[in-house]
Amino acid sequence: MGIEEKTGNMGFVTTTLEKVVNWSRTRAMWPLLSGLACCAIEMMSAQSSHYDMSRFGMELMRASPRQSDLLIVAGRVTNKMAPVLRRLYDQMPEPKWVISMGDCSSNGGVFNNYAVLQGVDKVLPVDVYVAGCPPRPEALIHGILTLYDKVQQEEITKYAASR
Amino acid sequence: MNAHLQTTVDALEDQFALEQHTFRDHLTLTFERELISEICTQLRDQFGFIVLTALTAVDYFGRKSPRFHVVYQLHNREQDARLFLRTPVPEDDPVTDSVVSIFPNANWYEREVWDLYGIRFAGHPDLRRIMLPKGWEGHPMRKDVPVKVEETRFTFNYKEIDLDKRYVEE
Amino acid sequence: MTIHNEVTSVSLDEIKTLVSQKALDGETMLLNMGPQHPSTHGVLRLLLELDGETIVSCIPDIGYLHTGIEKTMEDKTYQKAEVVTDRLDYLNTVGNNLAYCLAVEKLVDLDVPIRAQVLRVILAELQRIASHLIWLATQALDLAAQSVFLYCFREREKILDILELVSGQRMMTTYIRPGGLWRDVPVEFESAVRTFLDEFPRRIDQYEDLLTKNPLFVDRTKGIAVISGEEAVRLGMTGPSLRGSGVDYDLRKLNPYSGYEQYEFEVPLGEHGDVFSRYIIRIQEMRESLKIIQQALDKLPYGPVRSNNRKYVPPPRSELGVSMEALIHHFKLWTEGFKAPDEAVYVPVSSPRGELGVFLEGDGGPKVYRAHWRTPSYANLQAIPKLAEGHLIADLVAIIGSLDIVLGDIDR
Repeated sequence: MGIEEKTGNMGFVTTTLEKVVNWSRTRAMWPLLSGLACCAIEMMSAQSSHYDMSRFGMELMRASPRQSDLLIVAGRVTNKMAPVLRRLYDQMPEPKWVISMGDCSSNGGVFNNYAVLQGVDKVLPVDVYVAGCPPRPEALIHGILTLYDKVQQEEITKYAASR
Repeated sequence: MNAHLQTTVDALEDQFALEQHTFRDHLTLTFERELISEICTQLRDQFGFIVLTALTAVDYFGRKSPRFHVVYQLHNREQDARLFLRTPVPEDDPVTDSVVSIFPNANWYEREVWDLYGIRFAGHPDLRRIMLPKGWEGHPMRKDVPVKVEETRFTFNYKEIDLDKRYVEE
Repeated sequence: MTIHNEVTSVSLDEIKTLVSQKALDGETMLLNMGPQHPSTHGVLRLLLELDGETIVSCIPDIGYLHTGIEKTMEDKTYQKAEVVTDRLDYLNTVGNNLAYCLAVEKLVDLDVPIRAQVLRVILAELQRIASHLIWLATQALDLAAQSVFLYCFREREKILDILELVSGQRMMTTYIRPGGLWRDVPVEFESAVRTFLDEFPRRIDQYEDLLTKNPLFVDRTKGIAVISGEEAVRLGMTGPSLRGSGVDYDLRKLNPYSGYEQYEFEVPLGEHGDVFSRYIIRIQEMRESLKIIQQALDKLPYGPVRSNNRKYVPPPRSELGVSMEALIHHFKLWTEGFKAPDEAVYVPVSSPRGELGVFLEGDGGPKVYRAHWRTPSYANLQAIPKLAEGHLIADLVAIIGSLDIVLGDIDR
């Protein structure tokens, strides 16, 4: 299995179910391959060779919302796109998390006008906000690691009740 | 000024009532909206302005009497001549003739102007909203529509604005 | 403020002029592609009428990224409005700034020092290479060549490092300002660009090794979406998509701006007007851009990078402490802004996607009265019903990729 070699003769490991579940959730979090605007390019940069997000177990962007756990709202959300984004979110299976990447999706950014939704949190529950216009790939990775910390502290009693 | 542009304008002036205006190297012709199809056809067939670069509108709310101007930008690539046409469109009857039959790429530009300014194009094959969702009311690029939709957050109105964000998680 | 909670549905009644009679009878199938689709390069939505696997008609539905940039610009002074121009075509940010600044300079009749012009050319061409790299990465990824994607992003990081070196931001630089540049480039700039120039030609060869003679790639691109030169001109296409059909139209040659007339470079032209020609052209353009950067770097003169016209350009920081006039000018410019005449100008530049034009109108006051962006992707995408007709649905991703559309550029 592999784990025996590392643990030596320990035989078994004791921990809580909560910790194991949360640990496994963070180690294979698959984001939805959906970019909206400028931030999507930085998201692609974060995926590609220089920043290499797959170090954190998320090299696999899934094009289908049915197979993904994490929605990265990368870019400005317009009023026309908001219902589409909500439907994508509804299609994702539980448990699911949302990162709002960039100023525009967090609060409208520089675009306080008729077309742009002033914050994606009007239509989706957001777990982590990443600031920047656009955020650097490091900032996105930091946001994801912050989300991991958050996920690892989730309580088992709240799994069913969430959302 | 470009020599070809000069001959074009001279030839057009003989036939139509035009108003000329030059700024830097831009020549703008202003004329009544009924003439647009005829002038565009002539410019395309006789003077080689085969490309419609862009089509847009300007709203002179409270500044000029016909409130809207529809602006056409034509380009003659052989002679490298750019010509700007403007047709005033009044507020109470915002209709002008479509040029889709003359320049096929005017299609989306006219839809955009209808969407954002509310100027109708008579004879357009498919005049639907292009940028905004289908149920949208109003035409947001008009000058009497305010730019900002959400007030800047300060401590005194922070909570009111926050109420609107239903899905904020702690 | 109402939020439209319904996903926009399309009823057959409103599009019945666009689909064939067969679709109304139910013989052909209507399929929705997008707005969330990995190969539409953003949030483009296409409504396809399919006969089996063949596309009968293709109806684009855009506007999912309509940001109201033109409306936002009307609320801002000429200096501040530049910030949102970056967000238009987010792969060509330097080019957007350049187009906007040229328009403002033309509107108020402002001169630009030689050094600033040369630096503008260098940065714009670097940005062109970066933009073509993104295009190459995504086009290859759409056609299942994943390693090219990784290689292209590796080289793009080098360009972004240079942009970060000069401006402090990776993408939204706002480095070109009306009347010149924000500040002079740091001393490391020249060596950084030269390192890139030395290294990059080999990289282009690598991409070509992977793709140009790759039978899988060639089979999926040759003879796909052929469009003739006349048809492309009639539909208003510009840029590499037009030059792929053999029409010689490049604004850098036709109406040179920023001193492009001083550089020797070729405008590559395609023969067949298919997806493969457009691929070859963009690869060639990267090589030509390298030539321009090389020449510009060799002749880069010393001198100021901002115009000395204090009515429009803020004075240097160092003068603020010693000169009262400089302080007043600085204060006036950043609080009120400068006034532009009640006139309209149109300035086209050559963006990586085609003719990017700014129609800028002032009203005598300090704020932009009307700014209309004639964006190349918007015009190029109008040709997609023509291009996609009669092809297999699997080829559609190659066709979309070959137009090199950027949704921020289309929807604005």
